Amino acid sequence: MDPQDVDLTAPFGPLTLPNPLTTAAGCAGPVRELAKFVPLDALGSVTTRTIMPRARAGHPTPRAAATPAGLLTALGLPGPGIDAFVERELPWLAERGARVVVSIAGERIEEFAALAARLGGLPGVVGLELNIGGPSHADLGLVFAANPAISYDLVRAVRRAAPADLPVYAKLAPDVLSITDIAAACVRAGADGLSMINTVPGLDIDPDTLRPSLAAGPGGLSGPAVRPVALRCVHLVHAAMLAGRLPTVPILGMGGVTDGRDALAFAAAGASGIAVGSALLHDPTAPLRILDELRTELASRGLAAFTDAVGLAHRRD
Amino acid sequence: MAHPVRWRAEVFGCTAEGAYHRLVLQVPEAASRARPGHFASLAGDHAVVREAVPIARADASAGTLELLVADGPRSGPLDLIAPLGTPFPVPDAPVRALLVGHGQHAAPLPALGEQLTARGGQLGYLLGAPTAAALHAVDEARALTQDVLVVTEDGSAGLTGLVSEPVAQAARAIDASVVYAAGPPDVLALTAAAVADLGIRCWALLATDLPCGTGFCAACVVPVVGADGVSRFARVCTEGPVFDATRVRWADIGAVPADLEGA
Ligand SMILES: Cc1cc2nc3c(=O)[nH]c(=O)nc-3n(C[C@H](O)[C@H](O)[C@H](O)COP(=O)(O)O)c2cc1C
Ligand code: FES
Repeated sequence: MDPQDVDLTAPFGPLTLPNPLTTAAGCAGPVRELAKFVPLDALGSVTTRTIMPRARAGHPTPRAAATPAGLLTALGLPGPGIDAFVERELPWLAERGARVVVSIAGERIEEFAALAARLGGLPGVVGLELNIGGPSHADLGLVFAANPAISYDLVRAVRRAAPADLPVYAKLAPDVLSITDIAAACVRAGADGLSMINTVPGLDIDPDTLRPSLAAGPGGLSGPAVRPVALRCVHLVHAAMLAGRLPTVPILGMGGVTDGRDALAFAAAGASGIAVGSALLHDPTAPLRILDELRTELASRGLAAFTDAVGLAHRRD
Repeated sequence: MAHPVRWRAEVFGCTAEGAYHRLVLQVPEAASRARPGHFASLAGDHAVVREAVPIARADASAGTLELLVADGPRSGPLDLIAPLGTPFPVPDAPVRALLVGHGQHAAPLPALGEQLTARGGQLGYLLGAPTAAALHAVDEARALTQDVLVVTEDGSAGLTGLVSEPVAQAARAIDASVVYAAGPPDVLALTAAAVADLGIRCWALLATDLPCGTGFCAACVVPVVGADGVSRFARVCTEGPVFDATRVRWADIGAVPADLEGA
């Protein structure tokens, strides 16, 4: 099969995207610089860094340490705050035809809801991704994602505050007792989809100083090192959906995707969308390259459409 | 920022220069856009982050970029992105400029010096490094001006000390109206303090780790005072690496000062 004949259309809950590739939250900075390497409208969507109610400076430096197969970061959710984002960043992205998924977080459930209400209906915004937990939240003492009941309340509050036609996705942390329980709580509360995974908590010690390498101490691990962790989460939750233990919604898979084969593996595990995160730091053209490689991988297996690959790992035949 | 190019660049030349290697790469699109102070970034095949490397020279007519790398000889093809960052401002009018460079980071100064000289400027030059072997571009400096002072921390060449120590004296000696400095933050902080007392301009090229170099990761931030007087974190790879030294909060690098926006 000719790779150009492969249909990459990616239905994603209420959205139908031209292809399944997006950027993982925070990994393309303010996204503006990404446009120097990738036409933003060529991606299925772009995901912003997490936007919070107010400007946040984030953690001191050093904020990043390379480990053998991954990257440990502790940024502390730096960002401009919702006002500056809406005035200065979003219009620029919208003008370039980007389909923008805005990652949001607040320190309280009401803050999430207020952000959702504010973003609803703005040009360019095609969805919201709720950053309900990650190592940065743990620093703030925020552990929404660790608790199914709190996750439920949070998603429900956002779902009520956001316009009904604006999809709301919950981004899950991997270091929880049962990711299926959290996923189920989010979907029952009205989440239109699930993003997984956020970074994995980690720590690096500088061999010279014998102190943590990062100013914040612990951080979040991303990159190829976390791919098996991420694939397990996607596989588990997709299996639970197939078994009817929670309603079926699309999953955005991420964690160490570096090439088309990785993207295909996430699809096979059950992901209907693929986010490229820290691979962008090494290769700013990664999402387009991976899209191209994915096309070739699908064609070489005789798969005519991306959707044919979703969940293949669960089939018995 | 000039529009950067990502390229698999063949290495056409690789020559040892003291502790460093000079790589000559054929990258016409990047060569025509690179200005002194822009940097390049290289990536190993399975690395998770990139490596920022100074551009020593860009020859638009030959289509070549010359990079100065700290370790080993390299062979191609190399995964290159260039030009990145914000370069040194070069005024049209003639200036009396003191160029201050530390080790490898002195690499962009000869090309800058040539541009300033071509506009009728006068140069003084201060080059420093921990050891004589780590000095860079001393001969190129001498080809541009007689006023070259060399400083090493171990005294193995020139004066003994840090390159920032003779800055005020050297600037006065040539009656400098501007200082262009390149080096690690601690050296630049001392240089900036010395220049601040003279009341002249100082452009500082900060050499720090740049995990992506493209503005994506937000790991490279330093506190900088904006035109509006408000301090914010600025990304060295994007808003820098060249900053107006009076705007950088040198003492607060590595910290989150309480008056920083969002602190
Ligand atoms: C530099 C960096 C910044 C990140 N910023 C955010 C963020 O703002 N919000 C968020 O939900 N996740 C953030 N993440 C997590 C990623 O979106 C992603 O979940 C994780 O890195 C796993 O994907 P990867 O292995 O492809 O990087 C960040 C990760 C990195 C490396
Ligand atoms: S090095 Fe990544 S943002 Fe500057």
